[in-house]
Amino acid sequence: MTARSIRGAVAATLVTALSLTAAACSNPDSSTGGSATGSTSAVVGIAYEPESLSPLLGYGKDGNSKIFDGLLALDADMQLRPALAAALPEVSADGLTYTYKLRQGVKFSDGEAFSAEDVVFTYRTILDEKTNNASRAELDAVKDVTAKGEDTVVFTLKYPYAPFAQRTVLAIAPEHIAGKQDVNNGAFTTRPIGTGPYVLTKWSKGEKLSFTANPHYWDGEPEVKKFTMAIIKDDDVRATRLRSGDLDGAILPPNLAKGFADDKAKKTYAATTYDYRTVTLPSHNKVAGDTAVRRALDVAVDRETMVKAILNGDGRPAYGPVPTDSEWFTKGTERPHDLAAAKKILDEAGWKPGKDGIRVKDGVRAAFPLWYLSGDKLRQEHALAYASDAKKAGIDIRTEAGTWEVIEPRMKHDAVLAGGGSPADPDFDQYTLLKSSLAGDGFNNMAWYDNKAVDAAIEAGRRSGEPAERKKAYDTVQRELVKNPGYTFLTHIDHLYVVDDRFGALTTQVEPHDHGLASGPWWNVEKWKTESAGGTDK
Amino acid sequence: MARMTGRRALFAVPVLLTVTFGVFAVAAASPFDPVKAYAGTAGLTASQENLDQLRANLGVDQPLVARWWNWLTSALQGDLGDSSVMRQPVADVIAERLGWSVLLAATAFLIAILLGTGLGVLAARRPGGWLDRGVSSAAYTLEAAPAFWLGLLAIWVFALKLDVLPAGGLTDTASETITFGQVASHLVLPAAVLGVSQLPWFFLYVRQGVTDALAEDPVRGARARGLSERTVLLGHALRSGMLPMLTLIGSRVPELITGALLIETVFSWPGIAAATVQAATSVDFSLLAALTVLATAAVLLGNLLSDLLYGLADPRVAFDG
Repeated sequence: MTARSIRGAVAATLVTALSLTAAACSNPDSSTGGSATGSTSAVVGIAYEPESLSPLLGYGKDGNSKIFDGLLALDADMQLRPALAAALPEVSADGLTYTYKLRQGVKFSDGEAFSAEDVVFTYRTILDEKTNNASRAELDAVKDVTAKGEDTVVFTLKYPYAPFAQRTVLAIAPEHIAGKQDVNNGAFTTRPIGTGPYVLTKWSKGEKLSFTANPHYWDGEPEVKKFTMAIIKDDDVRATRLRSGDLDGAILPPNLAKGFADDKAKKTYAATTYDYRTVTLPSHNKVAGDTAVRRALDVAVDRETMVKAILNGDGRPAYGPVPTDSEWFTKGTERPHDLAAAKKILDEAGWKPGKDGIRVKDGVRAAFPLWYLSGDKLRQEHALAYASDAKKAGIDIRTEAGTWEVIEPRMKHDAVLAGGGSPADPDFDQYTLLKSSLAGDGFNNMAWYDNKAVDAAIEAGRRSGEPAERKKAYDTVQRELVKNPGYTFLTHIDHLYVVDDRFGALTTQVEPHDHGLASGPWWNVEKWKTESAGGTDK
Repeated sequence: MARMTGRRALFAVPVLLTVTFGVFAVAAASPFDPVKAYAGTAGLTASQENLDQLRANLGVDQPLVARWWNWLTSALQGDLGDSSVMRQPVADVIAERLGWSVLLAATAFLIAILLGTGLGVLAARRPGGWLDRGVSSAAYTLEAAPAFWLGLLAIWVFALKLDVLPAGGLTDTASETITFGQVASHLVLPAAVLGVSQLPWFFLYVRQGVTDALAEDPVRGARARGLSERTVLLGHALRSGMLPMLTLIGSRVPELITGALLIETVFSWPGIAAATVQAATSVDFSLLAALTVLATAAVLLGNLLSDLLYGLADPRVAFDG
C-alpha cells in the first residue's frame, strides 16, 4: 500500500465516520417543536430533575403537575378545590367511603376522553406491588377504588383517614396509553400524556423540559404558551444565566438571591415552607435517649442565631414539624434559647461536669455522634452550630459526614441531621415521624421515638373528621414534644426565587421539603397574565 | 491484516465477558444501594415493606452471578434490559445519546490531531525557538490540568466574562428544535476543551518525531539535494515523524472517553458519558454493563486501528498474525 492510498483510505474512513455521526444526531422529536411562534414564553431554572414523569411511579403525587391533573388540587392557601372531580368528595359518616363526581368533557391532550376508568386504573396500578412506586405507603389507607358508571369514583378505606382527600391531588394517568405498556420502563415514563394545562413537547434529560400550552385545557388555555424548565444543578451557573437573560426565573440560595435585591427588572419571592431541619435523638443511645439531655438540648440550642447566620434571615425557628405561622401550630410551645435553664436541667438529672467540661453520669460521658449528609452545606452548617451550642451546655457532639448508605445502619444509635416537611396535612409528617410502631421502619421514625400519649394523639388526629378534634390532637402532640423531645427541631427554611418583573406580581404556595418541579412562583404558571400582547416576547 | 483483525475480534470476546462481570462485581461490592438510588427522596419516607418490594421488583436481591448471567443471556438475544435510573430501556438511552457523544469526541479528536500535528511540525522546524518553547511549556502545563478544570475555566472566560459562547446544553434554553447552527455554537466550547486537553500528547510526539527525523541521514540527503524546505519537512520528516503518533491515536481513546465523561457533565451535554456517571452512582447494573461494553469495544477498536495504520504506514512492521 502506498502513502497515497493510505491517505485515501484514512480520508474515506473519516468521511464515513462523520456522516454516520451526523445521521445519528438527527433529532427524533423535531416534528413536535416550533409550534409557539409569536406567543409569550417563560423559561425557568430549576436545580432538580425528576427521574420519571409517570404518575404511576410517583410523579405529581403531591399535586400541581403541569402535565397532569389530580381529582383535587391545592390553591394558594393550601385549600382543596376540585380539579378533575366536579366537586369536593362526599365522605360517608364513618369516614370510610369517599365518593367523587367527575368533571364532564375533559380530554387528554391526545384527544381521548377522560373517564372514571382512568382514575381506577391510576390508583390500582400504584397500589400494585409490581409497580416500582416508592411512595405507595402514602395510599396505605385505600382498600379499594371502583368506578360507578362513567362519572363517579368511589374509594373505600381500611380505616377512617381524615386527610385522605389531600392524597387525591395525585396525578391521573390515561389508561388507554399507560395501561398498554410496561409500567416501570415504558415510553409513557418519559413521554407522558395528561389532561393538564401544559403538554410536554420535549424532555432532554439533564438539560431541560419543554412544555407548550394545552389549547383544549378544561380550565382555559394558559396565556404563557411556551414554558421551559432548564435543569441547572450549579447555583452559580443558574444565577449567571438568570442575569444574562437566558432565564426568566430561577430558584436560588439566599446568598445569590441577595444579588438581585437591587435589580428593578426582577422580583424576589420567599416562599414559606414546611421544610424543617431537625436532629434525631435516638432512644437507643444512652445519652441522646435520656429525657433530661433531650430537654436540655432543646433549650440550649440557639435557633434565632441559626436563622440569622445560616439562612440569612430567610426562615423561622422550628419547635416541631409544624411551622410557627401555621394554623396547626400550638401557641405557647416556643422554647427560647436559655443556656442557664439547660444547665439546670442537666445538673438536676445528675449529669455533672467532668474534668474536660463534658458532663458525666454513672460513668457515661455526655457525648454522641451527629451525622449529616455529605455535600449538603446547609445541613453541615446546622450540624456544626448545633454541636457548638451543645458544647456550651457540656454535651459533646461529634459531627460526621456520610452518604445515606453510611448513615442508615447507624440511625438506631447515632443522631442524624434530618430534613422533611409536607404542608398539605399535619398527619403526613407527624405520623411517620413519631409513631412508635414505625420505629426503624426504613426512614420512618428515625429517632425510634416512643411516647404513648403521642401515639394516641396522632392516631386520633388521622381518624377524626372533626377539625376541632384534630386541632386538639395535634396540640397534644406539640405539648408532649416539649416534655420529651425525641428530636431537636432547628429551623424551617424559606425557598427563594427570583423572577422577571414582566410577569407581574406572582404568588407562592406553602412548600414542602421536597423541591417539586412546580414549586416556586410558577406553581400556577397557567394563570400568569402576560403584559399586553407584543413587545414582551423573547 | 484480515487475520490480525479476526484474531483480535476473537480475543475481544473473553475480554468483554471479563469486563462485564467485573462491572457487576464492583457494583455489587460498592456501598451504594440501587434501591435507595431508585427511590430518590421518596425513599426517605418509604416504608421498609415498600423498599423490600422495590428490591425484589428491580431484581437486585439476586446473587451477583445470577444477575450477571441473566443480563448476559438476554443481552445476547438483543435485550439490553431496562435502565433503573432513566426509567426506560437501555437501548433507548443509548440510541438517544450515543450520537451526541460521538460528535463531541470526534470533533475533539480532530482538533487535537490537526492542531497537535501542525504545532508539532512548526515547533520542530526551529527547536528552541520562541514558538517551540512557548507551545512546549503550555503543553506540559496542559498535561497536568484536569479536563473538568479546563471546562470550568472555559465557561468562566467565554460564557460568563466575555459572554460570546453558551455555557452549556445542546441548544438554547428556550429552543425546542435542534438546528445545525445551534448545535454548532454549543459544540464549540466542550469540543475545544476536550480537544485541547488531548492536544499535548499529539504535539509532543510529533515535535519529537519530526525533530529526530530532521536529523536523520535521508532528510539531510534530501536537503543536500536541494529540495525545498517544505518538501523536506512535510514529505520526509513528517512522514517518519508521524509513525509514533499513529500508536498514540489508539492509546488515547480511553483518555478521550474519560475526558468526555467529565466534559459532558460540566457542559450539561446530553451524551452517553453523562449517563455513565449517573448509572455508576445509582448502581444501575443494566445501563452500566452496556456502557462498559461500549467503552471497552471502543478501546479495543482504537488499538486495532492504530496497529493497522502503523502496519500500513511502515512496511517494516509485520501484522501479528
